[in-house]
Amino acid sequence: MAAEFKEAPAGAGAGEKLLTWVDNRFPASKLYKEHLSEYYAPKNFNWWYIFGSLALVVLVIQIVTGIFLVMHYKPDATLAFASVEYIMRDVPWGWLIRYMHSTGASAFFVVVYLHMFRGLIYGSYRKPRELVWIFGCGIFLCLMAEAFMGYLLPWGQMSYWGAQVIVNLFAAVPFVGPDLALLIRGDFVVGDATLNRFFSFHVIAVPLVLLGLVVAHIIALHEVGSNNPDGVEIKGPKAPKDAKGHPLDGVPFHPYYTVHDIYALSLFLIVFTSIVFFAPELGGYFLEYNNFIPADPLKTPAHIAPVWYFTPFYSMLRATTDTMVNVLVGIIGLGALLAVIKGSFGGKAKLAVLVIAAAACFLLKIFDAKFWGVVVMGGAVVILFFLPWLDHSPVKSIRYRPDWHKYVYTVFVVFFLVLGYLGIQPPTDIGTLIAQVGTLFYFGFFLLMPWWSKLGTPKAVPDRVTFHAH
Amino acid sequence: MKKLIATLLTALSLGMGLVSGAQAAGGGIEWDKFPKEKMTDMAALQNGAKLFVNYCLNCHAAAFNRYNRLRDLGLTEAQIKSNLLFAGEKVGETMKVSLDPKQAKDWFGATPPDLTVIARSRADGAKGSGADYLYTYLRTYYRDETKATGWNNLAFPSVAMPHVLWELQGQRGAKFEEVADPHDHSKTMHVFKGFEQLTPGTLDARAYDSAVGDLVAYLQWMGEPAQAQRFRLGVLVLLFLSVFTVFAWRLNASYWKDVK
Repeated sequence: MAAEFKEAPAGAGAGEKLLTWVDNRFPASKLYKEHLSEYYAPKNFNWWYIFGSLALVVLVIQIVTGIFLVMHYKPDATLAFASVEYIMRDVPWGWLIRYMHSTGASAFFVVVYLHMFRGLIYGSYRKPRELVWIFGCGIFLCLMAEAFMGYLLPWGQMSYWGAQVIVNLFAAVPFVGPDLALLIRGDFVVGDATLNRFFSFHVIAVPLVLLGLVVAHIIALHEVGSNNPDGVEIKGPKAPKDAKGHPLDGVPFHPYYTVHDIYALSLFLIVFTSIVFFAPELGGYFLEYNNFIPADPLKTPAHIAPVWYFTPFYSMLRATTDTMVNVLVGIIGLGALLAVIKGSFGGKAKLAVLVIAAAACFLLKIFDAKFWGVVVMGGAVVILFFLPWLDHSPVKSIRYRPDWHKYVYTVFVVFFLVLGYLGIQPPTDIGTLIAQVGTLFYFGFFLLMPWWSKLGTPKAVPDRVTFHAH
Repeated sequence: MKKLIATLLTALSLGMGLVSGAQAAGGGIEWDKFPKEKMTDMAALQNGAKLFVNYCLNCHAAAFNRYNRLRDLGLTEAQIKSNLLFAGEKVGETMKVSLDPKQAKDWFGATPPDLTVIARSRADGAKGSGADYLYTYLRTYYRDETKATGWNNLAFPSVAMPHVLWELQGQRGAKFEEVADPHDHSKTMHVFKGFEQLTPGTLDARAYDSAVGDLVAYLQWMGEPAQAQRFRLGVLVLLFLSVFTVFAWRLNASYWKDVK
């Protein structure tokens, strides 16, 4: 049903008349109010809260530079490498666009990892923000697909062999593996067909899904309102509000957080442009040296490593050796035993636990460790989706958790970074051992969270957010 | 929170030290430092271009680089045409070679790689830049009759390419000594103990190093011709952003001073 037509007041300027005309046909003013000028965000955001809008900026950088790159890039195995060098040399400002895109890829992961960590420590995934978190995890997954397929496009040695190694992993899936790998590659080795389909996914399919998820992420966030470092709801029924019903602990996003984000953005751009202009390779981490050698299917590089943002997960894959599988079998056995002895549920349920554990151990031993490595790597990402239901702590924010929780989070981050470091290095015995401990900790952190997050005495959560005027 | 971050960083650096220490031990010789000041020396870059065209471009292409890009090195189009084009190429063409890759493979056992971005591809985080590698590689050839070409190299053992610059450097032999392995006493190590000049070259040792430096400077430039422009623009962008940040900072502060 159409709303009532509004009239611009007498003597209104042309701008106001135009806006009234538009508002009668499209909710321009309404959207602006709901999402900017009257979207109330908690006033106690700290610097951890800049990474969401920075991620949006990087997304725009990637899309805009990507559009210009596609104008000159050739998705053809015989031309791709040369077309990138053509962009770097002969296309006016091509080098700048290309470096912005390659640096943007890494920057995207930097800001997204920090953004996710913020959500993790302040409990931003907890009720009622479960969908905000799930859409976010979807964005992270898309981002990984986007980065992986985009990395093949320059068609250098690392592009080629990185794709070869990762696609071959899918061949380890029982029964359908080889066919699955063939379906992904479109050929028996990574080749022109692979390059073309990865290009198609990289420039069309994944960005479409990504943009849709970003919109859903923001709509869901604005529906439930932002969390904050205290984990105190500013819009809840008990939260104090002014005469107009606006939360006293909130400020309108525009102008307060727009000026805030512009300030943060200018600091971010200083770092970003320093890399683009003075160290676009960033010591081989943002652009790998080996990737300046054109792809050669006959020459396997001595050491193949994914780009840094995948290495924590790659490490977990490599850590899943036969020994690791035996350890997992042992852990499952012990867990089942513990459930049977200590569990407060009936005999039938206990029998079910035993049967499931036995089946899991049987499957673990029957399939190749390589396949379980793939499962571990995928599981490490998928497990994030379940976080809202794994955390049973009575308080949201780390600020009011028992002190020892902070150490658990610290060890988690340290292991994640160490796993990332190990994934870049060639495998060593001690490195694999550390990666195995790190992998167990990573999964233990999430899978045991329903128990450990309840332990200890939380501190008293204040009624209002803690805010010190600037 | 600050304490948390400090703990994190300490733990991390400890972790990294443990792992990297466990695997620090690589093969191959250390790389010499390429004299970087040659990158801003137009005469050196031009000399490097000349050496490149005369000695490298017979077998190696630089198929992504156009001859007329050398105007960036202070050469005029006429100079490029008369000094660097020998076989009727057009000045706007890229630096291709007529060598058949299949024949090359038969002759040398390997196809000579394209050299356009060679300096970028040979960098190694632990050992140095690609220019460092090339600067070392082109100065560590020695006579080795056990090899098909009669040449060997310290930076690239058993390299397929013979010493193309030997007329400039002269022929050198390498002295090796068998030394007991400090980690394993049952083994000995083949340790390099210096070069010996067998026949003189047209350049003395210092002049040869300088010529190789010029050539490597050219290769480094060719790897990314926009590099100098990148640095210049980068300075301006950072200057702008520093000023902009001050305004953004004050703008933010003036809004937030009202929030109680």
